[in-house]
Amino acid sequence: MRVPRALIVAGFRRYATYRQATVAGAFTNVVFGFLRCYILLSIAESAGGSMVGYDPTQLVSYVWLGQGMLAVVNSWTMLDLAERVRSGEVVSDLLRPIDPLWTYMWTDLGRGGFAMLTRFLTPLVVGELCFGVYVPDNPLTYPLFLLSVVAALLVGFACRYLIGLCAFWLLDVRGVSMMWVFFSGAASGLYFPLAVLPDWLATALWAVTPFPSLMQASLDIAVERGGLAHGLPAFGAQVVWVVLSLLACRWVQTRAVRRLVVQGG
Amino acid sequence: MAEFAAKVGIIAHMVRAQVRGQLQYRVSFVMELIGSMMTNALDVATVFVLFSVGGGLGGFGGPNVLLMASLSAVAFSGSDLVVSNVDRLREYVRTGMFDSLLLRPLSSLAQLMAITFALRRVGRFAQAAVLYVIALFVADIDWTVGRVLLAVVAPFTGVVFFSSLFVAGATVAFWWVESGEVANAFTYGGRDFTSYPITMYGGWFRDLFALGLGFGFVAYYPVLALVGLPDPLGVPVWLHWCSPLVAFLAAGLAALFWRVGVRHYRSTGS
Repeated sequence: MRVPRALIVAGFRRYATYRQATVAGAFTNVVFGFLRCYILLSIAESAGGSMVGYDPTQLVSYVWLGQGMLAVVNSWTMLDLAERVRSGEVVSDLLRPIDPLWTYMWTDLGRGGFAMLTRFLTPLVVGELCFGVYVPDNPLTYPLFLLSVVAALLVGFACRYLIGLCAFWLLDVRGVSMMWVFFSGAASGLYFPLAVLPDWLATALWAVTPFPSLMQASLDIAVERGGLAHGLPAFGAQVVWVVLSLLACRWVQTRAVRRLVVQGG
Repeated sequence: MAEFAAKVGIIAHMVRAQVRGQLQYRVSFVMELIGSMMTNALDVATVFVLFSVGGGLGGFGGPNVLLMASLSAVAFSGSDLVVSNVDRLREYVRTGMFDSLLLRPLSSLAQLMAITFALRRVGRFAQAAVLYVIALFVADIDWTVGRVLLAVVAPFTGVVFFSSLFVAGATVAFWWVESGEVANAFTYGGRDFTSYPITMYGGWFRDLFALGLGFGFVAYYPVLALVGLPDPLGVPVWLHWCSPLVAFLAAGLAALFWRVGVRHYRSTGS
């Protein structure tokens, strides 16, 4: 446990030094929070008070928690793995006694911990002050939400790691990253709750893609949509995706390393 | 005049070199091109997914919402194509590479635009432009000379407006290198803000963004002028036609800010 702890602490401290970037990022999340919050509230009003089963306070929570989670899951910022593969520096990662997958994962958890304390809380406080957020009835919701955020972070991490691994084949992963940014924004529930989509599409997203596990699952748990009867299976799905995506990382990495050629010079 | 033409020639040469470089990674380029078109399709689709929930947005029906969303998309993607990468200025400032731009007898901003030009973004712009033309046909517009002019000019004023924002946002890096995300709040945030009728927003937030910062003039007011509707929020009709003026003002302020920024630039000293 010593190594993971050291790596988590290192990740936390690394991001704790980026204070200005943290302030700038939180500011942007807050502006987007206002935007999305007003938009969803206006739709709820014109649709007769609620929107696909979310009442106005639930929508407020949905938006502001989503803005906070965005920085914790951080699915839009790619790991430096691809760059290290391209430059050949990845060799020094592979030579270490710890698999780079775990090094990156623990560090990312540390980063997420710092984001939780800063980027997550800021939008939540603004949302509460300016609109009033939903307060969960069931005390179990709080720990379940926290676990669910950790799961979301891990799924997001594993997917970004997979994209980084693509560099072993493609060298330039910008195209793949762009596709990822596209889907992880639209299909994760960041722009709108997935329930507004046609049923078949929403069901398909939940059933066969990891995207709802990045955000929608945690947000539904937090606003107690469908209570624990919906929340527990949603969390279960996240756990399944954590396991599947990390296994995929292992498998792809084994194959990638086999074809690694380090340029001399 | 000949000197100016020569300068434009050099800049064009730099852009061509940039484009050739980007075409080297073909798979990645094609994916980025498709990704860029999908991003735009998604932005507009998002508006209509939300539209479908309540059968209207902020009191406006389908054709007018489409016109606002597509005008906003043209404006944003146009400036995205031309200048949005100037936000890489912060790398140039941090590493001191901006020195090399100052050494050459060309506008530093034009050089920065040339070396950060990203061709893949053309997909998004082309798609948005087609959508805007469709929206003009779908909308119920009582065409007059003034309105034809406005329909033609509005996308350009929008591009100028967003470009000014991108440049102003990047310029902040001369003082504050890690400011990137703050600029995003106004550029990408502005794109989202302008995609919807401003009647959806509330309170001081709406006044600040729509009138204070001028985002209302990108799509909302021009569309009101085109379809001849009064503003439900009571802004006088003559103001609906003022987008070109606002864009002009924004460009002037951005240029001024850039100059002050360049004067303020301190190299890395190493």
